[in-house]
Amino acid sequence: MADVTHDAVHTEHVTSTGLSSTKLAMWLFLASECLLFGGLITAYVLYRGQSTTGPYPQDVFDIGYTSVSSFVLLASSLTMVLSHNAALARDYARMRLWLLGTAMLGLTFVGGQVFEFTTFYHEGLSIKTNLFGSTFFTLTGFHGVHVTVGILMLLILVVLSFRGALSDDPAFPVEMVGLYWHFVDIVWIVIFTLVYLIPSPKPPGVP
Amino acid sequence: MSLDPHAPPRPAPPVAHAEYHPSTREYVRVGLILIALTCIEVWLSYSSIDGWKLIALLLTCTLIKFLMVVGYFMHLKFDNGRFSRLFALGAVGAFTLYVVVLLMFGVWGH
Repeated sequence: MADVTHDAVHTEHVTSTGLSSTKLAMWLFLASECLLFGGLITAYVLYRGQSTTGPYPQDVFDIGYTSVSSFVLLASSLTMVLSHNAALARDYARMRLWLLGTAMLGLTFVGGQVFEFTTFYHEGLSIKTNLFGSTFFTLTGFHGVHVTVGILMLLILVVLSFRGALSDDPAFPVEMVGLYWHFVDIVWIVIFTLVYLIPSPKPPGVP
Repeated sequence: MSLDPHAPPRPAPPVAHAEYHPSTREYVRVGLILIALTCIEVWLSYSSIDGWKLIALLLTCTLIKFLMVVGYFMHLKFDNGRFSRLFALGAVGAFTLYVVVLLMFGVWGH
């Protein structure tokens, strides 16, 4: 059984294109994710200034708070690449440490998002309140779910690494999970600017 | 591609991995630049600059951050060009969708 697993891993790395099929599939997946988030961001920008009732973006957004969340997610991208570098150097203890650090920073971000959603809800904004609420919660909620999935992937990597169940080349799975994690980060880079920083147009009739 | 069923199989080329990986120091430098750009963005949003000038400056910072993460952290700068083209396909598709829909609904005309 062990030989079969080894052969399977080996076969995957020899392809007619010279490219790893796993990596190609991951990039294809990320390209499709661009379209998903492109659609959600477009819907948000289209509808944010169309609400007939409040609260409006300028009533609920706290740029300072969201900036801290952005710094946390950027820092997690840095710890992710440091984990990959440690895996390449076959320093597995450090690799696990950076993976756990990335997961913790991701958890901090998601926790911050849950707090932000709760605050908005108490201020009268829910997914059903108006067009801004619907598109905002859908967009940032989808992103939050992606971050949560990324955290689970990171924790699974750590567990597999402790159990010695990663392949002969642990740098490869770390790189794949890293690609997903960095993608989640670049989506947030775009969301942070388009949703939070660029001022929303005032709806018709609102002074 | 040979159609001869008796032709000997061609040896598969080795899998292309990123040949160059930035050092820890380079990654930290990129991380610091990203944080600095985010600080500039936040400062811009509080500044007296407004209108299209503000939007242009914010989008420029965002584009630089996007390209730095994709290029350095996701290794596209050092990896096989086919990965870049594949990802660009999705990113350009998303951007086109964004521009076309917003133009259709006249969002920038208001």
